[in-house]
Amino acid sequence: MSPRTPGADLPEHPDLLWHDREPKRSYDVVIVGGGGHGLATAHYLAKDHGITNVAVLEKGWLGGGNMARNTTIIRSNYLWDESSAIYEHSLKLWEGLEEDLGYPILFSQRGVLNLAHTLQDVRDSVRRVEANKLNGVDAEWLDPDEVRKVCPIVNTAGDIRYPVLGATYQPRAGIAKHDYVAWGFARRADEAGIDLIQDCEVTGFTTDGDRVTGVRTTRGDIATGSVALCAAGHTSVLTDLLGIPVPVQSHPLQALVSELLEPVHPTVVMSNAVHVYVSQAHKGELVMGAGVDSYNGYGQRGAFSIIERQMAAAVELFPVFARAHLLRTWGGIVDTSPDASPIVGRTPYENVWLNCGWGTGGFKATPGIGSTLAHTIAHGEPHPLVAPFTLERFVTGALVDEHGAAAVAH
Amino acid sequence: MQLIACPWCGPREEVEFSYGGQAHVPHPAAPADLNDEEWAHYVFFRANPKGRFAERWNHSAGCRRWFNAVRDTATYRFEAVYRLDDPRPVTP
Repeated sequence: MSPRTPGADLPEHPDLLWHDREPKRSYDVVIVGGGGHGLATAHYLAKDHGITNVAVLEKGWLGGGNMARNTTIIRSNYLWDESSAIYEHSLKLWEGLEEDLGYPILFSQRGVLNLAHTLQDVRDSVRRVEANKLNGVDAEWLDPDEVRKVCPIVNTAGDIRYPVLGATYQPRAGIAKHDYVAWGFARRADEAGIDLIQDCEVTGFTTDGDRVTGVRTTRGDIATGSVALCAAGHTSVLTDLLGIPVPVQSHPLQALVSELLEPVHPTVVMSNAVHVYVSQAHKGELVMGAGVDSYNGYGQRGAFSIIERQMAAAVELFPVFARAHLLRTWGGIVDTSPDASPIVGRTPYENVWLNCGWGTGGFKATPGIGSTLAHTIAHGEPHPLVAPFTLERFVTGALVDEHGAAAVAH
Repeated sequence: MQLIACPWCGPREEVEFSYGGQAHVPHPAAPADLNDEEWAHYVFFRANPKGRFAERWNHSAGCRRWFNAVRDTATYRFEAVYRLDDPRPVTP
């Protein structure tokens, strides 16, 4: 018997989730940025508006930026009406997203606790709970005993540096598997005929008066009817090419995972005051995020002192983590805005749409901004849910100050 | 840990410093003459380059003095540190 070819008995290669397309010379819509927001926008352009002559241009690989680096927390318990409206819209889409995408995303509504450690925290939290209730967002105020019932491993003793005085609780909040979310959106966009183009960096724009006529890329010039900027931390690099001042600052934001552990953490816990937020992924690793590094940075890495401080906070709040080993740390680049709210909508160019400033909290908005930005592009008019987040607000003064609920100091 | 060279104290660990954002942003010479858009730009809008950036730092856990630095925001490498009243140096 002759020897078998190595690999001959292996199953067929599984079907690809999407195809790696060559750029065409022209599209109706070019989306710059193949992360969660860009891919979701592409999906909803096809699904809700039948617009499929669309390219998503990604300078690296799909979903390889903040989409692969966030801590996957999904919630809608923001203070102001404008914010809770867009985030609640997003949360409702999350609740039907597996069905919509026909793809598992491991969306788990395990609830989120936002801890209060000072009297002012308590007052602010109770106010936010009441505001949430008025906006139809599920929210409760829990005292320390109730916190312990939801999450028994939180240290609610009175003798720690920042004692837990209570927490807000949103039961419908949760986590999802971020990679699967990106792949699910990419697969559906690809099925609809949208070109997903990787390794394609936008290096310039061609303009005619107050319209952009095309984008210059490392893979050639591409003409387009309209442009949506979904580049998160690299937004300023693009808007500088267009000469549009945008008030965002790019910062490194770090996160980390522990080794795989038995299930010990049933929910998501966030603490503004001590700068840590923790959940346990399905696979078993503890996923933790920190506050941003203070300086501007595009390096996708930050200082280890930030990780050290975050670990100190985590071990104080969760003494059971003291023996867990750190497996891996990494950083993303977040585009923070002056009022901790996103900047979405018109630019001085009539066919260029801005989507940035989500800072540390863009993942949870993925389906919400995808659907509303697609609507905005399709109708040439900001969707009512994104209208308050206009760039104009920094001139008019109509800020949406979410520094309290955005949860990560920035 | 990254070392930052304070112009007065010499190289110290990064945790001793705090960040002050973009340098060379003067207070408007005639504040009363500014319109809303100009005020917005003074208050909220700062450069955010990927690459060299002139920025303010404070040696907050050391001599507590402010200084300016030219730093590359992509590599985090400090290319120059200089006093607040000096012009931005030309870096190679």
